Amino acid sequence: MAGLARVLGSGAMTNSISDIEKAHVLLVTGSNTTETHPVLAAAIKRAVKHRGAKLIVVDPRRIKLTRFAHIWLRQNPGTDTAWINCLLHVIINEDMLDQEFVDNRTRGLDRLREHVSRYTPEYAAGITGIPPEKLVQTARMYARAPAAAILYTMGITQHTSGTGNVMALADLAMLCGNLGIPGGGVNPLRGQNNVQGACDMGALPDVYSGYQKVAVPENRDKMARAWNVKSLPHKPGLKLTGMLAGSGEDAVKALYVIGENPVLSDPDVQHTRQALQNLEFLVVQDIFLTETASMADVVLPACSFAEKDGTFTNTERRVQRVRQAIDPLGESRPDWIIIRDLGSRFGHPMPYRSSQDIMQEIASVTPSYAGIDYLRLEKKGLQWPCTHQEHPGTPILHSREFASGRAEFQCVDYTPPAEKIDADYPLWLTTGRSLYHYHTGSMTRKVRGLNTLERECCLEISPQDAQEAGLNDQDRVSVRSRRGEISTRVRISPAAVPGTVFIPFHFAEAAANVLTNPALDPVAGVPEYKVCAVYIERKQETG
Amino acid sequence: MNSGNTMQINGQNLPFQEGMTILDVARLHNIFIPTMCHLPGAPPTGACRLCVVEVQGARNLAAACVTPAQRDMQINTESPRVVNSRRLTLQLLLAVGEHDCLLCPSSGQCVLQDLAYRYQVNPKRFAPRTVMHRTEAVNPFILRDFSKCVLCGRCVQACCDIQVNDAISHAYRGIKSKIAAAGDRPLKESDCVFCGECMQACPVGSIIPVESRQSPRIWETHKVKTTCGYCGVGCQMYLHHRDGVLYRVEGDIQSPPNYGSLCVKGRFGFRFVNSSSRLQTPLVRENGSLRPAGWQEALDRVHERLDSIRQSHGPDALGILASARTTNEDSYVAQKFARAVLGTNNIDHCARL
Repeated sequence: MAGLARVLGSGAMTNSISDIEKAHVLLVTGSNTTETHPVLAAAIKRAVKHRGAKLIVVDPRRIKLTRFAHIWLRQNPGTDTAWINCLLHVIINEDMLDQEFVDNRTRGLDRLREHVSRYTPEYAAGITGIPPEKLVQTARMYARAPAAAILYTMGITQHTSGTGNVMALADLAMLCGNLGIPGGGVNPLRGQNNVQGACDMGALPDVYSGYQKVAVPENRDKMARAWNVKSLPHKPGLKLTGMLAGSGEDAVKALYVIGENPVLSDPDVQHTRQALQNLEFLVVQDIFLTETASMADVVLPACSFAEKDGTFTNTERRVQRVRQAIDPLGESRPDWIIIRDLGSRFGHPMPYRSSQDIMQEIASVTPSYAGIDYLRLEKKGLQWPCTHQEHPGTPILHSREFASGRAEFQCVDYTPPAEKIDADYPLWLTTGRSLYHYHTGSMTRKVRGLNTLERECCLEISPQDAQEAGLNDQDRVSVRSRRGEISTRVRISPAAVPGTVFIPFHFAEAAANVLTNPALDPVAGVPEYKVCAVYIERKQETG
Repeated sequence: MNSGNTMQINGQNLPFQEGMTILDVARLHNIFIPTMCHLPGAPPTGACRLCVVEVQGARNLAAACVTPAQRDMQINTESPRVVNSRRLTLQLLLAVGEHDCLLCPSSGQCVLQDLAYRYQVNPKRFAPRTVMHRTEAVNPFILRDFSKCVLCGRCVQACCDIQVNDAISHAYRGIKSKIAAAGDRPLKESDCVFCGECMQACPVGSIIPVESRQSPRIWETHKVKTTCGYCGVGCQMYLHHRDGVLYRVEGDIQSPPNYGSLCVKGRFGFRFVNSSSRLQTPLVRENGSLRPAGWQEALDRVHERLDSIRQSHGPDALGILASARTTNEDSYVAQKFARAVLGTNNIDHCARL
């Protein structure tokens, strides 16, 4: 989300989910929405079916949404900046930009014009593999819509060029005046239930809650007063990928992992395991004995969402209540109670009696949550910024101005992915989720019915590639990358396009992240999960 | 309501806006009109005829769900003519299949049962027709009992108009009529993605959770509204539970962002909560393996070890990975713990993964 924050001053979905059905054009890229966000995907499909919206899908896989799409662009993996810059080029060239919006609310059009001048449809086609005329057609469809929304997910961000991809999309929306209006926007769909909230709450190395930077002395003073401590550390901390970097002087010696399973979710599994083994002390707090928890020195049993009170913040910035239905299982406890009780042992009591007490403190130190309390959340939640008790919440960001005043065009250049296919590793591998499982599967794989519908990991491959490799459906194969090897079954599927295979990352026994490339986006620290090069070989069936 | 349009329902003068149906106006003002086939969010079909009302001056009864409200209309929602028509309709519906509330898992949440009771209908007026289609229970989640289907078509609308999965539709004619997946195959061989929207839309006991015959009925469970714990959409839903066990999840039709819709994970993926492999006590490592321990011992151990590493290597030798799954309150307390208690900004979570 670093890219969006850089341009617009805020890294969240600019519009609301209900806006999807108000858009004239929807541009969906790097998001297999029907499987990762099925209920939101229904809104996209309804917009097309009932409201006559035009759908543009840009994705290397023949995902289900392509059935509803008016245009499907199939880019080569890792070439997003090139097609986006080409759309910018065509829109400027054919004078389809929103002059009034550009004049009043943006800066740097001349630089952008200059910058994208070489991204002609022919030039971009050479990089992306998308026919030039389709790029022109797409640019026209997007630019001519009264309101067009961009929706994207990890297919855009999980690249070494992820931040650049997002900034280029923001340039596109700005150029056509698609910000601050109903049915428009640049909308990252967040993958996990409270990833937005975890960011909002300052579970990040450089900011307190509400994105207040730790490097700013006034913020440190304010938080130190609120938390009743003399001073707070001023040096921004390490990102997750840095904390798991392993050895060396700066490496962390002890890690306290709460509700995460980095052994499966992080790139290059061997490396992550090694980093965890190098620690002097590992605590894991979770609801199951995950692959990571089983390596811990101490395991603390937490409650599931059904056993506690609190709030989640969804992808459209809506803060909503979580309510306790049943008593905690066994001896398990809500996370905040465990952390509070640890605090007392360190001589820092946090006298919260309920999650509501915590929300009161959050509201008192976080400007964008200042107007939020449990009573007000009762009916429909509230979308931040919600800055005081009478504030109705904010369904659409940037409707009058950007946090930074005028937004600057970013002018991003195309950089190729960190790894390329070659004779040894001739196929692109991309990873993601499937409908019936979630993340590292620690929850969904405990549900018998979901396992029945999707029992094991399957590598999705196109009929052409399968034929070339001499593979039949359900064959067992070994998949090798420069980092490791896994064994999985093959599913020959028309959803795959030739040259690219897909593996979901839910399955410990065939962990896709043994293969993936830990090369990082330099700004956001996101690994390049969506592109690496692999070799596939048929295995003899044993037993 | 500043357009100045008013109409009369049961003698009450009521304002309305252009484009509303009689049913919309009645519901807005809390006036009861029964419906069976009407599904909010989908175009009305006017199929079941239960929402008929008497419009003064009109020869026939009008279906409230499809008849536009008009200025100075005078409506009676429960006139003897209306009630007689509804009784007849209900008797005909009751003759379509086998409606035995004693054995039905949907008893207590059934529109047909409620309306038969409200209008005190004799269920035996017409001989029930033979059930033509066998129950389908070959997938892990959804059971389709065609002996209870009244062919209202709500499930088809839920599938095709709300979720737009286009997996089921009306099939065959006359007494063979059936709601079927493509080619009348089982759901699992169709485009069905098991979102269960059809199940929630079913007004009777025809589409039910596979396990519902082993689960308590609706009045035996409590329900609590909460937010789904899977993806970032944040669907609002009710958890139905009894004695510490979750039995059923239902989308909340009143609330954004989902207005009742859920996906297969949200609706059916809740069994992990009561899974026997849940961690039930703290564990500490001893001689290389993990053994159960009390909270006191486990937390003391965590405190001791973190504190001693901090003493010898400084606070930045410690790190916390918070979670994108836990609540805002949990995350806030975690970062406060890192910064104010441990003294490090080494806190992150897997937002990027």
